Amino acid sequence: NDREYNLSFKYATNAIKTSKYNLFTFLPLNLFEQFQRIANAYFLFLLVLQVIPQISSLSWFTTVVPLVLVLVVTAAKDATDDIKRGKVFSEHQIRTRPHTHKHTPSKYPLISLFPALRLQSEKWMNVQVGDIIKLENNHFVTADLLLLSSSEPLNLVYIETAELDGLVCLLCYKVLQLVSEVRCEPPNNRLDRFTGTLTYAGQKYALDNEKILLRGCTLRNTEWCFGLVLFGGPETKLMQNCGKSTFKRTSVDRLMNVLVLCIFGFLAFMCTILAIGNVFWELNEGSHFTVFLPRQNDNNAAFSAFLTFWSYVIILNTVVPISLYVSVEIIRLGNSFYIDWDRKMYYARSDTPAMARTTTLNEELGQIKYIFSDKTGTLTQNIMIFNKCSINGKTYGDVYDDTGQRLEITEVKRVDFSFNPLADPRFVFHDHALVEAVKLENLEVHAFFRLLALCHTVMAEEKKEGELFYQAQSPDEGALVTAARNFGFVFRSRTPDSVTIVEEGEQRSYELLAILDFNNVRKRMSVIVRSPERKLSLYCKGADTIIYERLHQSCSKLMDVTTEHLNEFAGEGLRTLALAYKDLDEEYFSQWKERHHEASTALEDRESKLDQLYEEIEQDLLLLGATAIEDKLQDGVAHTIEQLSKADIKIWVLTGDKQETAENIGYSCNLLREEMNEVFVISGSSPEEVRQELRHARSSMKPDAADSVLLPERTLVKGVKVITDEEVNGEYGLVINGHSLAYALERSIEVEFLRTACMCKAVICCRVTPLQKAQVVELVKKYKQVVTLAIGDGANDVSMIKAAHIGVGISGQEGMQAVLSSDYSFAQFCFLQRLLLVHGRWSYLRMCKFLRYFFYKNFTFTFVHFWYAFFCGFSAQTVYDEWFITLYNLIYTALPVLGMSLFDQDVNDMWSFQHPQLYIPGQLNLFFSKKAFFTCALHSCYSSLMLFFIPYAAMHDTVRDDGKDVADYQSFALLTQTCLLFAVSIQVLGTWSSMSYWTAVNTFFVLGSLAMYFAVTFTMYSNGMFLMLPSAFPFIGTARNSLNQPNVWLTILLTSILCVLPVVTYRFLLIQLCPTINDKVQMELSHAFTASLFSRRSGYAFSHAQGYGDLVTSGRFLRRPAMFLSSGFAHTGRTTTGFSPMGRSAGYSPTGRPQNAKVPDVEGTSLQMYRTFTDSAL
Amino acid sequence: MVKQKQETANQPDNTAFTQQRLPAWQPIISAGIVIPGFLIIGLAFIGIGVALFVTSQSIQVLEMDYTGVDKTSPCNRCTDPNVKSCLCQMDFSIDTLFKGPVFFYYGLSNYYQNFRKYGVSIDYNQLFGDLSYFTSPSEKCSPYQYDNNNNPIVPCGAMANSMFSDTFKLFQIVNGTNKEVPLDGKGIAWWTDSNIKYRNPSVTPLQMAFNNTVKPLLWANPAYQLDPADANNNGFINQDFLVWMRRAALPNFRKLYRRITSGDYTQGLPAGNYTLQIAYNYPVLSFGGRKTVVFSNVSWMGGKNDFLGIAYLVIGSMCIIMSIVMLIVYAKFRFSEEE
Repeated sequence: NDREYNLSFKYATNAIKTSKYNLFTFLPLNLFEQFQRIANAYFLFLLVLQVIPQISSLSWFTTVVPLVLVLVVTAAKDATDDIKRGKVFSEHQIRTRPHTHKHTPSKYPLISLFPALRLQSEKWMNVQVGDIIKLENNHFVTADLLLLSSSEPLNLVYIETAELDGLVCLLCYKVLQLVSEVRCEPPNNRLDRFTGTLTYAGQKYALDNEKILLRGCTLRNTEWCFGLVLFGGPETKLMQNCGKSTFKRTSVDRLMNVLVLCIFGFLAFMCTILAIGNVFWELNEGSHFTVFLPRQNDNNAAFSAFLTFWSYVIILNTVVPISLYVSVEIIRLGNSFYIDWDRKMYYARSDTPAMARTTTLNEELGQIKYIFSDKTGTLTQNIMIFNKCSINGKTYGDVYDDTGQRLEITEVKRVDFSFNPLADPRFVFHDHALVEAVKLENLEVHAFFRLLALCHTVMAEEKKEGELFYQAQSPDEGALVTAARNFGFVFRSRTPDSVTIVEEGEQRSYELLAILDFNNVRKRMSVIVRSPERKLSLYCKGADTIIYERLHQSCSKLMDVTTEHLNEFAGEGLRTLALAYKDLDEEYFSQWKERHHEASTALEDRESKLDQLYEEIEQDLLLLGATAIEDKLQDGVAHTIEQLSKADIKIWVLTGDKQETAENIGYSCNLLREEMNEVFVISGSSPEEVRQELRHARSSMKPDAADSVLLPERTLVKGVKVITDEEVNGEYGLVINGHSLAYALERSIEVEFLRTACMCKAVICCRVTPLQKAQVVELVKKYKQVVTLAIGDGANDVSMIKAAHIGVGISGQEGMQAVLSSDYSFAQFCFLQRLLLVHGRWSYLRMCKFLRYFFYKNFTFTFVHFWYAFFCGFSAQTVYDEWFITLYNLIYTALPVLGMSLFDQDVNDMWSFQHPQLYIPGQLNLFFSKKAFFTCALHSCYSSLMLFFIPYAAMHDTVRDDGKDVADYQSFALLTQTCLLFAVSIQVLGTWSSMSYWTAVNTFFVLGSLAMYFAVTFTMYSNGMFLMLPSAFPFIGTARNSLNQPNVWLTILLTSILCVLPVVTYRFLLIQLCPTINDKVQMELSHAFTASLFSRRSGYAFSHAQGYGDLVTSGRFLRRPAMFLSSGFAHTGRTTTGFSPMGRSAGYSPTGRPQNAKVPDVEGTSLQMYRTFTDSAL
Repeated sequence: MVKQKQETANQPDNTAFTQQRLPAWQPIISAGIVIPGFLIIGLAFIGIGVALFVTSQSIQVLEMDYTGVDKTSPCNRCTDPNVKSCLCQMDFSIDTLFKGPVFFYYGLSNYYQNFRKYGVSIDYNQLFGDLSYFTSPSEKCSPYQYDNNNNPIVPCGAMANSMFSDTFKLFQIVNGTNKEVPLDGKGIAWWTDSNIKYRNPSVTPLQMAFNNTVKPLLWANPAYQLDPADANNNGFINQDFLVWMRRAALPNFRKLYRRITSGDYTQGLPAGNYTLQIAYNYPVLSFGGRKTVVFSNVSWMGGKNDFLGIAYLVIGSMCIIMSIVMLIVYAKFRFSEEE
């Protein structure tokens, strides 16, 4: 352990900076970053222009003040982000370590180092690659370590990996004893893989994931251990995994950038016109006006025009609003906070509020067209319950009465497991036959449960005698092991080499010879154990199709029966696993074991070699039976899906489950419906077959378009083809299998697949791998100009979450990985409808309103300069006071527009839920598009004409009522800017769009800003300010002298009214002649409002009660008829009358009850809806 | 209790703000609001419009161009740049009493006082009486910062330099003799201008402050001799100077010259013949400018301006027409919204 030698390789040190800046680098670094943004750079350029006296048409402060303010705000945001990032990191650590009360972790825990067998304390920061360090219990591992030895008997260590994947799960690791040289792979970010070799005394040993302690783990239940540092600091796997997420931008963002470029072009255009105007003016007028204003450069009109061009660039710079980006950021941040703060998206049971992890995508939430959803843990609770099983051709789990009628489980007494002292009291099972079978010592049943107790990777913890606690990696396994435990095959403890179980009260220890671990390709796991009787057996459990391929011919009969059972289970939406075993030959095994060792120490291709070996031994298995685990649907899933599909959002479920399971879940959560004209199943096993099936599906959906090879596609500028939506009559569903999907995703068929899939209302892809999930998302993103959202909870959804425009993570049972890579996270699927229909819609609406208004106010402001140019000899004379120019965007209009974009609601959340169709305009980009932008520019053109010419006409030849001057430049400037501010403020309050929403805060902002304007104006124009700095405040007295004139105020009134009335007229006529969906709902809302003016609260409560009743009913019926989506305004509550109970499953009791009654058994499950109910009824 | 608190530690606060339930009022563009609203606005505007129009009509204005472009014009001979200190006379008659107080304006057209470089060519510090700016005027005044001998110009800048220099005398012809109409040149500038914005340096005599400076190139007299009649009306607080320095917003403008408020003319200018004696100094022809004199009285709404009244009348009528149109549309299409 030569430290110097190791140091010479320049490995990364262990110091990690999670924050981007520190105190000293912040200013230069941040400024540098900020000036990389084009808008800021542009303003710097303007500043340079302003310094040139020939060009400078505005004082320097008009640009500097806003620029500095923008920079400060952005810097403050960056700084808080940076601080927050550090904080989240540490908070996260604290939160996920619930057991470390006694141990107070200091920032740099002192650890022990022993070069040359001498222990020495050192800060983590100073740890180098190659050091050997000693970790003590509850220590936080801060580098990737190779385990050397530990205090525990078998050199096991227990660690908690919550930090890495959020799973609180103790894993045991084997520890190596000796070290000399270690070779390993270069640093990468795969948490689950590690390859390396260790050479000691000429012998090579394999290093794999099991021998590595990763940074982010915490040592548990282990006195001490020694480790060799392999990777330090930024090279650790945790760090390699951080910060790699791609930067997502919203479509509004992209449009905004395009528009800003357009505006630049427009600015150049305007300046060119004015420069040309200047040429003509100079030739016709200016060259003669030299008596009083001689020209230095002797009437060179061209040069003068050139200067004028740049002068106008400075003056008209407000068309490219510097504060736009900052304001957008602030609005998004605000709307993200609303998501964080929403109590209706807070899940009390796991104490998880919704979280907007990305604050830049909010408005995109209002534009979602496609949702890609995982099933397990997303639509379902991922709380697994061992529900049924099939052992040796006999099913257990259902209860029948004497006449063979299946009984409802609620009517049957649950099985009493008191005979088993180690049973888990929470386990519920109803079929007594299985217990009888166990008691009767049925061999197969015993083997079945023995398998369940042996073949798994669960860790047991026995804190007190007889109180077992299982830590399972997946809930399925936990459920299976718990089932075995209750039926008398109690898994008690494990060491790396053995598994101890209690069989019928008798403790037996099995020697664990090999674990053939589970992965997504193998879809099975096996263990090879030697029983106390020295019998060698392989136990295998896995997906039925996989197992069936590896069964011995002798059990073909059993296979048929079990298949039937499996189909039955799957038909009820249960998750199935097949179990098989095989006795092994001692000789064969020892030979296999040798090859296994060889393969597992291979440096290259280790995994495929191992796979081959596993394949070899997992042959000729004997079928034992199958298990069926129920995964309950989450609350409100069906209702949510129904709402979302009413909002014209297409939902694709991508699941790893079997087709039957997936289909059934599809029915039970309302995705597929009985009324659907047809549900196509694509299960072809060759590209041609798949293509044929897809074609067939399409032709039956839309006969006339069937043969058309010509695709209705549009080619975009970049050459990317966009497939437009095709109208289909009727509703169709599509179910596609994993292997068919693989073909469908091939280049030649993908378009075919997409076309067909997009014509269907619902698409379910089963047996999908994580990669395919991402591929499907990418496919839709590629050919459809739509916004996609992926929602999932597990590690297998990460790729899909990252691929979609918006990724939503469900913080559920499967750890934090999905959440960590998501943009939004919450605890329940049903919150999705609130996220989209309420928050997303509002965010989108607000953002669009904001953008339209923002462009409007700046254009109006700027165009007045343009008109004035024609009257001031194109001399780049500003219309307004320079202070007004400086403060217009920053103070006078900033708060009202922020108020609007933070508080505006066109309709409240309940109405949003009642009319999901309100969501559709967002998908179609109706509120902010190039067209909307153009309209907005025209509008501001009109306003600016009014704002300039009315004061012009009213003032040009008039005087004050005492005969003195009022048509002077300063009074005119004051008049115009006051008119402008009034016009703009009235628009933000009232007529901006069809609807406005006046909260006290809004009104306060607007009135406050106006008051502020007058206060600031009077201050700026006051004697005191002038006496302090005569040259900076030449407008002294202007306000006093002109604002006391009635004709000035009459002009202001006239101008403001003229700016507003046409908009009102236009909106009114539009509402009357071709109302949009928003207008309709608002009309209805206003009727409802007036109707319930006297009993408003009860009205609200009632309207909510309907939605609630719907939720209750929809949650309780597995399968029920669809509502007609076209009935736009039908109340959702009354359509849930008919239902057809089908299948049967614990927890759901399809008994007809009055729909609005509070049903006790769902009380716990719809907590949040209850809260809504009470809130609004208060 | 404590445990329960722990469990819901992350629950967001239930406030109207965080839950976006702030009380709000949502006005809707519905027929019930819009149509009556338009009607009321329309009626109000017509009312204002009538008032404004009538008032504006009652204001008397007499405007005369004296540039002398026309060969027959009495001031035509003064347009020759070679003629120095030219005097010309314009005769005019008033039919009815020109109600007082009468304001006497001069007007200039096609004169770009609002040209940016013209406008910035001014040194506020100097005009505030700061002596240090007398010796070194601001850069902005260039090219009227220093004269050819490098003496500082006070007041500097194009704006001061170009001060209007025509002077007028008004006579009423009574029985064939000229009776001078007293013109009041006091209080024609803004109070803030003459009392705060423009200050003479506190040096007595005022002339001392202007040592080592030169008068603006186009001026006949230095600043401290602008009004030989009134010692307090000199320097930077000379009323004519202040009026000139209040830069016009548009290329055609009028500026107040004198008020006719005293003597026999307190009630206004009686009907009769008048003659205006003009000391023609100010050259405008080179850039196509025009000079006018304007007699006008004022009302509560200021000077004569028909536009506002007409605009109010037009907008008011349009509002009423629109409200009728909307009513028709509403009546005709209202039921479609119920479908």
